Amino acid sequence: MLQQDTIAALVTAVGESSVGIIRISGPEAVNIAGKLYKGKSNLHTAESHTIHYGYVYDEANDKKIDEALFLLMLGPRSFTGEDIVEVQCHGGMVVLKQTLQLILSLGARMAEQGEYSKRAFLNGRLDLAQAESIMDIVQAKTERGVDLALSQLQGTVSGMVKTLRADLLEMIAFIQADIDYPDDDIERLTAEQFINRASLIRENITSVLQNAQKGKLIRDGLRVVIAGKPNVGKSSLLNALLGQERAIVTDIPGTTRDVIEEYINLNGIPLKIVDTAGIRETDNLVEQIGVDRARQFVQNADLVLYVLDAAQGMTEEDISMLKELDGQTVLYLLNKSDLGIKESLFDTIIKKVGKESVLQISARERTGLEQLERKITDLFFSGTLEISNQIMVTNIRHIQVLEESLVHVKHFLDGLRSGLSVDFLVIDLQNAWEKLGKITGETIEDDLLDQIFSKFCLGK
Amino acid sequence: MPIEYIADEYDVVVVGAGHAGCEAALAAARMGHKTLIVTVDMSNIAFMPCNPSIGGPAKGHLVREIDALGGEMARNIDKTQIQVRMLNTTKGPAVHSLRAQADKYEYQQEMTKTLQTQENLAVKQMIVDRLVVEDGIVKGVVGQTGATYLAKAVILATGTYLKGRVIIGEYSEECGPNGQRSAKLLSGNMKELGLKVVRFKTGTPARVDKRTIDFSKMSRQDGEENLFFSFLTEHSNEKKIQPCWLTYTNQRTHEIIRSNLDRSPLFSGFIEGTGPRYCPSIEDKIVRFSDKSQHQLFIEPEGLNTQEMYVQGFSSSLPEEVQLQMIRTIPGLEKVEMMRPAYAIEYDCIDPLQLKPSLETKVIENLFTAGQINGTSGYEEAAAQGLMAGINTCLKLEGKEPLILKRYEGYIGVLIDDLVTKGTNEPYRMLTSRAEYRLLLRQDNADLRLTEKGRAVGLVDDVRYASFCARKEAIEKEIERLSHTTVSCNLQSIQDILAERESAPLKHGLPAAELLKRPQITYDDLIAVGIGDGELPANVREQVEVQIKYEGYIKLQMEQVARMEKIENRRLSEALDYSLIKGLRNEAKQKLNKIKPASVGQASRISGVSPADISVLLVYLEQQRRQEGAKA
Repeated sequence: MLQQDTIAALVTAVGESSVGIIRISGPEAVNIAGKLYKGKSNLHTAESHTIHYGYVYDEANDKKIDEALFLLMLGPRSFTGEDIVEVQCHGGMVVLKQTLQLILSLGARMAEQGEYSKRAFLNGRLDLAQAESIMDIVQAKTERGVDLALSQLQGTVSGMVKTLRADLLEMIAFIQADIDYPDDDIERLTAEQFINRASLIRENITSVLQNAQKGKLIRDGLRVVIAGKPNVGKSSLLNALLGQERAIVTDIPGTTRDVIEEYINLNGIPLKIVDTAGIRETDNLVEQIGVDRARQFVQNADLVLYVLDAAQGMTEEDISMLKELDGQTVLYLLNKSDLGIKESLFDTIIKKVGKESVLQISARERTGLEQLERKITDLFFSGTLEISNQIMVTNIRHIQVLEESLVHVKHFLDGLRSGLSVDFLVIDLQNAWEKLGKITGETIEDDLLDQIFSKFCLGK
Repeated sequence: MPIEYIADEYDVVVVGAGHAGCEAALAAARMGHKTLIVTVDMSNIAFMPCNPSIGGPAKGHLVREIDALGGEMARNIDKTQIQVRMLNTTKGPAVHSLRAQADKYEYQQEMTKTLQTQENLAVKQMIVDRLVVEDGIVKGVVGQTGATYLAKAVILATGTYLKGRVIIGEYSEECGPNGQRSAKLLSGNMKELGLKVVRFKTGTPARVDKRTIDFSKMSRQDGEENLFFSFLTEHSNEKKIQPCWLTYTNQRTHEIIRSNLDRSPLFSGFIEGTGPRYCPSIEDKIVRFSDKSQHQLFIEPEGLNTQEMYVQGFSSSLPEEVQLQMIRTIPGLEKVEMMRPAYAIEYDCIDPLQLKPSLETKVIENLFTAGQINGTSGYEEAAAQGLMAGINTCLKLEGKEPLILKRYEGYIGVLIDDLVTKGTNEPYRMLTSRAEYRLLLRQDNADLRLTEKGRAVGLVDDVRYASFCARKEAIEKEIERLSHTTVSCNLQSIQDILAERESAPLKHGLPAAELLKRPQITYDDLIAVGIGDGELPANVREQVEVQIKYEGYIKLQMEQVARMEKIENRRLSEALDYSLIKGLRNEAKQKLNKIKPASVGQASRISGVSPADISVLLVYLEQQRRQEGAKA
């Protein structure tokens, strides 16, 4: 079962890089790699954490498959805690597929998604939060995604959860000490103090959850919002970007009828592109709602693509919009430039925002799009596209646990207000505390008594 | 050296006649085994060397459970209590806790009488020097005078008497509590036999002369009436009820303590044993909680025929002279005469991780231990273990499976599971916070949880069993009746009560049970409107109300129990070598091999065994099962 067999899988993203890595983990890893390897070293006697140059060799068919590096990492000093051999081949799909098939034919089993992390976790190499962050690393398609997952590994999530748990535990200790020492002269919280403390915890969980939503988006992609007045060609631009036959990552229907979201992968950078309703002053109530939402999206965007009609020039509305965009990363796109550009517009806009941020395109004719994409890529790698450095939770399960904890805290508050006795109330606090413990994998603890006895002066 | 001789032969020998020993010996004798109990002092059976009270949160629960299983403590305190109170009445039914002040002397006399009139039970005064062990099986005990009593099984319930040492400031003496003789050799012998012995410490406050107390400066605390521990007790003893008194320390007290800290053996390192956090000395409290300007003290009577009063909250190991200075700063105690000084006591006990859940030691077969020797503190904790050790010793001799109470069956289950699974590095006290299924482990339903088990082992006699069955049936019938009795919305009296309590009026008929679930409505209200049955015994009415009112919460905990039960019932063989299981972390391997848990549930509670280790263990067990299935 889990611990007995040897697993293998491609650990680099398919088709996105020039080098492909296949990882073999388990008791048979070195044996299997040994049969695969043709070169000067002897993998069976080689020291751990060494690299061996050679060929991937298919003995049955007497065929060299690819030139490769073999990385030897013996347990327990490996990621999974088991023996690991990583085979670095050239990135071509055919070669990688052949190599992996060869490895499987030699006795390894295809690893399930996240199975390396699971083994690392079972072997005590990772706590649960770390294991899940690793899974995020596996899934994250961008360096930035990796950064985020890494910061989580270093314990930001754990730290935040610990604070919430400490607050909950203190409340639990107040109740338990009162129950176990009814005659003792100890500090007791009033119902109002309990309400205040629980409300604070509720707010903190809520705000972490809000950040968590943000964290999820970043793993999904940079948020790029297309904005501009109606009929300047925003939708055409979206279609043009989608029509470049880049891999469309997912296709999520718009969250509202007036906003459309699409995901594309631009040179390996996942982007979530949002096409908004045109922004203009209006008396129409329905349209006004769309405009307000568009404004909101613009404010939360990592990058705004502000589309202007090259032939029309700037209007009062554009000018006031430009003011609103102050402080954000914006690219100004003069669309329909194939139809000619109004001189005054070009000058005005460059004067206002600088040459660097202005591009001429034609969404319909698909001109200028390459420059646009290059510009976005540059902005990303130069670090201009900043991701705010807040605690973010990237894992769905974390979000779920946080939401459940929130429900318990709310129950506690409701119960308290309806006059339920503390023996029942404390159950919700304990549940919230235990649920949060699941994020870091700790649920069984003796913290409570330590808390009670260090906080209260008790006894005969 | 006295010449050893074989004096007699018993099925069971119990060493020590404190609260653990008494229960163990009575259980063994009542289960039909020829039993001997030995004590260092025949006139000190069931001695209460510390506080003159029994019960309180979790402890009171233990006493009720002891009673349900057929133990003695509850009946004994009911006979001898001089004040009783139900604590925590506003905090939820599961934490309602009974506590009684005992007449210490009466308590001892009554228990002595019970022991000395018990069939199958011999009571002797002797100090045990060593155990007789052959081939890893205990065969008897050897006393100071050379008398050897052969036995099929031995239960050690030695309290604080193993190499006991009393300390008062710079003075110390090798003795048991209150100057009693101590057992100087037995713990050394236990070490030789392979048991790990550790040193713990506890203490007791001063006793003062009632005639020298000015009670007018204190506030009085009275008890209630007609509350009993035993499910069998129906009438109060006719004792004179005694009040307790409340007073406080002050800055002057604290100054005296601070300026004499250098004379405290606790701070000078003169005391080596580990003391309990929940029972700190007054000097400890003042050092650790220096911001508190006062600490409360309860002045409690030690009995009806004594002037001694117990000063609860004033435990100390400071020199006697300092104690007197300190105590005379307390309002009401300005002119007090100290009758006995406070003291600390150190003693040998064993690391309870060496025990099976039956309380049998792992290294010596048929040797059981109970009470403070297992690292606990408290009369109730001791009695609970004594009872279980007595029961399990007999079951062992009868070739039967031990009685292991689960954590959701009783506080006794929690207590013993904690001890044998987690061990303890300070004297262990029972607390309600230690029980994860607290709502199920109420003191009001201890009989419903445990009487059948006591009956099965033979400790519940016909009288108790009949009374239990009647109560159980009455409860079930009444719950059934209330579920099928509709309260009409035309019943004006109930609408009036609802209006008065600000609870929504009835718009249509409602089963009485549903109505009772409303927080504002009690069973007494149902009686008032002619739906409840006023003729039912109070403890039946109470039980009906609790079971109906909190049904939802109780159900939730029972679901948790059901989830836990799967791994709880997954047995682990003692022969299992955890170092051979691949994937377990080294720490887990060591801990599991040391403790040899009886079930996966127990394994999961060992500190240092992570949930991941349990997954690995389950995977391993599953593998074994499949391999064996394949073989078969």
